[in-house]
Amino acid sequence: MLTIAGLFAGYGGGDVLRGVDLTVAQGSITCVVGPNGAGKSTLLKVISGLLRPRLGTITFRDAPIGGASPRRVLEAGIVQVMQSRNLFPDLTVRQNVEIGGYLIKDQALLRRRLDEVSDQFPIVRERAGERAGQLSGGQQRMVELARALMLDPALVVLDEPSMGLEPRAAAAMYASVRNMAQTGRSILLVEQNVRAGLELATHGVVMETGRVRLEGTGTEVLAHPQMRALYLGGTIEESGVTDQEAAQEKTR
Amino acid sequence: MTATEIAPVGAASPQHVPYRPPRAVRYGATAGLLVLLIAFPLVLPNPTVTSIGVFTMIYLIAAIGWNIFSGYSGYISIGHAAYYGIGQYTVALITIHAHLPGGWGLFGLLPVAGVVSALASIPIGFLLLRVRRHTFIVLTIAIMFILQLLAFNLTRFTNGSGGLTMPFPTWTGNFFNMPFYYVGLLAAVVAGAAAWWIRRSKYGLGLFAIRDDEERARGLGIKVTRSKLIAYAASAFFVGIAGGLYAPFVGSVYPQFAFDPTFDLAVAVLVFVGGIGTLSGPVLGALVLIPLQQYFYLQFGNANLYLIAYGVLFILILRLLPGGIVPGVTSAWRARLVARARARQEDTRPEDTGLKDDAGQKGRA
Ligand SMILES: Nc1ncnc2c1ncn2[C@@H]1O[C@H](COP(=O)(O)OP(=O)(O)O)[C@@H](O)[C@H]1O
Ligand SMILES: [Mg+2]
Repeated sequence: MLTIAGLFAGYGGGDVLRGVDLTVAQGSITCVVGPNGAGKSTLLKVISGLLRPRLGTITFRDAPIGGASPRRVLEAGIVQVMQSRNLFPDLTVRQNVEIGGYLIKDQALLRRRLDEVSDQFPIVRERAGERAGQLSGGQQRMVELARALMLDPALVVLDEPSMGLEPRAAAAMYASVRNMAQTGRSILLVEQNVRAGLELATHGVVMETGRVRLEGTGTEVLAHPQMRALYLGGTIEESGVTDQEAAQEKTR
Repeated sequence: MTATEIAPVGAASPQHVPYRPPRAVRYGATAGLLVLLIAFPLVLPNPTVTSIGVFTMIYLIAAIGWNIFSGYSGYISIGHAAYYGIGQYTVALITIHAHLPGGWGLFGLLPVAGVVSALASIPIGFLLLRVRRHTFIVLTIAIMFILQLLAFNLTRFTNGSGGLTMPFPTWTGNFFNMPFYYVGLLAAVVAGAAAWWIRRSKYGLGLFAIRDDEERARGLGIKVTRSKLIAYAASAFFVGIAGGLYAPFVGSVYPQFAFDPTFDLAVAVLVFVGGIGTLSGPVLGALVLIPLQQYFYLQFGNANLYLIAYGVLFILILRLLPGGIVPGVTSAWRARLVARARARQEDTRPEDTGLKDDAGQKGRA
């Protein structure tokens, strides 16, 4: 449903993404892992329209969305939860969720969505009137997920959702993500917690220095011998799983 | 639903009591205040006192309007005197060129003053709102001084430093100030209603998001430039009306009093003191500070003494109650409720649940 081809992007001082090819299948949970600075967050920013690609195409449900404004990407059905500081700390929990539906013109629909996500994430109702900044990290993450569902997105993009969460809160977060997938949404997430992320995922992708280096099912990627090398600070020398792109990269 | 698993983690704990006065209290207080404001000139009809009332209304309108933009969006303008001046000149020029007599008819020009100010604010805002916070502040003053310079120099149009003279109404005695006062009060109520409506609308939510973090707001699909521009024009509208009321009341319009830098100083200080971004903050600030300022002026005769007092007050408020009086008082009240709730909880549940949440927003890298 989401197809990225030959994507190059950066922040002005050279490319951070250097030819990313990636496909997110309908109904999948695709997990991107890779060392710090690999360009994972940058990739997600390009997808959600916060950063313009220099080259390459992004296609979502047959429509090109590369270089589109964040607003257009949201309208197309992609919602992103960013790596950190998604909530507005001075606004209430309820306002923070409500603002996720900013693009909804129909007041009745807006209210219905608010009810739906409040059913799904009880904290939205329990703490509705409080400043979001007063919640703990785990609670804030739940509110962020609730907000992400306000537009009823087809694809939810999550950047390191387990970051800073203690195990219990992380488990609850993963359960919610799995639940999103079960209700028909596709998920693209980046995880630092490689094991948890890939175990959750139907599809795993390893990124390194702005390129995709390994691809396969979550368990395949997790079991791949090169993964250990990667996380012990090495790089992936051979392409192993289904990795034609990486092989191509080396010849460039 | 899976997410219910985390309910215990998020279970309401006493330190999270939200505080907002109950609706009945809020509406009752508003109605009570309105009754007081309506009754005030009838109880104290002395023109010295009611003229303080008129100035208070002028600043009240301006403060509520200014807060709609600067309070809600976080972009501090200290050049809104631009619209105070445009409002004054609009009313004065139309009155003079159309040979209108003084009196009730001139109040009909107030919406015109508002609309002209708002229209003027759109191209200005379009230019200014491309820059962020500090540069924005500096540019707002620059625009205001440019307009003042124009008012001084377009002598054919404005009569330059000679100023413009308005026809006085034929009202006399105690009655003279009353129409200005009540029309001002009406305009203030309209401004307050607009501020209230924006605050609880989705549009207002977008403004608050912009105030918190413009990039994140954009990421949520908010058209940030357009939102800011609308708020800017709305605030210019009300400040223009304030100017439009000032001109016929004072009877003359001069460049340095129309495009007056101390106007913005006063408006900003009274909104900050009352509580910037809140609904009642500008009201409280204007109703307390403007009468005080006028009183001191009458007592000591020095028109600029209040600037020193304002400066001191401003620093005190920023040090002691950074959010202003309204947020300061509500959070103190809230702390009381929290303490009470905690005491009650300790009675019923001697043992802490032991549920501890994670380390919050502390990221890894
Ligand atoms: N806003 C930015 N401006 C400039 N460079 C950035 C910015 N954000 C990230 N980078 C750089 O881009 C590279 C990839 O960063 P990022 O995408 O955040 O990596 P990851 O999420 O995989 O850890 C890093 O070298 C980082 O320094
Ligand atoms: Mg990252």
